Amino acid sequence: MSSNFSIYLDRVLEGLPFTVWAAVGGIALTVVLSFAAGIAMLSPSLPVRFVTRLYVEGFRGSSEVVQLFFFAVAIPIFFGVSLGATAKGLLVIGIIVLGLNHGAYGAEIVRGAIRSVPQAQVEAAIAVNLSPAQRMWRVILPQAVVEMLPSFNNLFIQLVKATALLSFIAVPEVFKKADELRAVPAFSRELGLIYGIQLVVYLLIAVAITLIMRVLEWLAARRVGRRPKRASIRLSARVGV
Amino acid sequence: MAKWRWDRFFDAFPFIWDGLLVTIQYTVLGSLVAYVLGLIIAVIRRLQIPIVDQVLWAFVEFIRSTPLLVQVFVLYWVVRPDLLGGLSIDTQRLVVGVTALGVHYACYTSEVFRAGIDAVPAAQWEAATALNLPRTRTWTDVILPQAVPRVLPALGNYTIAMFKEVPLLSSIVILDMVYQVKTEYAADTGGAGPEAWFAVGLTFLALSYPCSILVRKLERRVEKV
Repeated sequence: MSSNFSIYLDRVLEGLPFTVWAAVGGIALTVVLSFAAGIAMLSPSLPVRFVTRLYVEGFRGSSEVVQLFFFAVAIPIFFGVSLGATAKGLLVIGIIVLGLNHGAYGAEIVRGAIRSVPQAQVEAAIAVNLSPAQRMWRVILPQAVVEMLPSFNNLFIQLVKATALLSFIAVPEVFKKADELRAVPAFSRELGLIYGIQLVVYLLIAVAITLIMRVLEWLAARRVGRRPKRASIRLSARVGV
Repeated sequence: MAKWRWDRFFDAFPFIWDGLLVTIQYTVLGSLVAYVLGLIIAVIRRLQIPIVDQVLWAFVEFIRSTPLLVQVFVLYWVVRPDLLGGLSIDTQRLVVGVTALGVHYACYTSEVFRAGIDAVPAAQWEAATALNLPRTRTWTDVILPQAVPRVLPALGNYTIAMFKEVPLLSSIVILDMVYQVKTEYAADTGGAGPEAWFAVGLTFLALSYPCSILVRKLERRVEKV
């Protein structure tokens, strides 16, 4: 083991709060946007559906790196906000882009899950005289959420990996912090180790998210009275689009 | 509120065009590697050789759980100087870029191929055994011709995803759309403003959205069969 190991580890850990905040903030925004857009796509109103489609296709269809540059450049210029000046401001821009981008993917997950709830459940809810809001909140969503969780697990891990992109707009997160070491000749000979530490950090975050989501899957399944499925060892296939 | 300048928007397109060809080149080559390598990984895993299977499983999960950007940098800064030192720098970048994209997505497509292979009915395997087909011919004549068409739409989705990830490669000086705008256009006009980035975003959208629609049509056709 290299004598500089602790230096590298310190560097990576310095960036860790930014990576974790980007992930947590991004996930929170993703969940909100996913549900808002997913439900809006099932709305009977055509203008609502149209605007939501525009958002979803716009963010799914273009590159995340480009979106980052666009937001990091456009928001400060157009709205005269100087968010870009501080590390925290840049982090906020990063969180907004991560949330908008992954929210667009999440919207399809929510829409698909809601549509997969059997029609008979909706009819039953109407039969017992539940209002549309009650129907959604008490009957449809609790069942749909069980379907959504595995897909959201994949999406969140994708989001964690995307936090490395924030280095492009100079957010001092794990990748950026460790990559700065490349400039020091003595350290640049041990880049393998430096990147190795980073890879392990990202892997650990991904594993942590999977564990949390497994617990949520179990709780959600129990809540709607289903027998929780035995957790398979294999992480389910992560679909990119 | 700053003013939107259309001239800066339109001036970006010649640069985008130069980069677009590079972006497409990497997408096509990366997809080829991802499909071939993904199929190979899937077939090897289906053979269920003890240890080999576990090693491949760990590799696939590791690659899928870590950022492509870090993988690109590992290949470029750690592996390249040792293995590719003799080649010209452009060739080195090509090899690194295509390998990074190809290997990363091969880990995704291998799972897709695996699902396709698992979807071939067990009776087909039994029939092949009954006919006394050798193992290689069972694969090439019976299983793969049935498995591959089923997974084509999913593979199409990964190609679109890869197209949108090529901008990562601008960080190792591969002259894609983002590099062109960020560096060449910016040098010409004193900084790439929101107009230029909007133009790049639109270009991505204009190319990837029609492809998604095609893939969705293909999906429906495959479902009917």
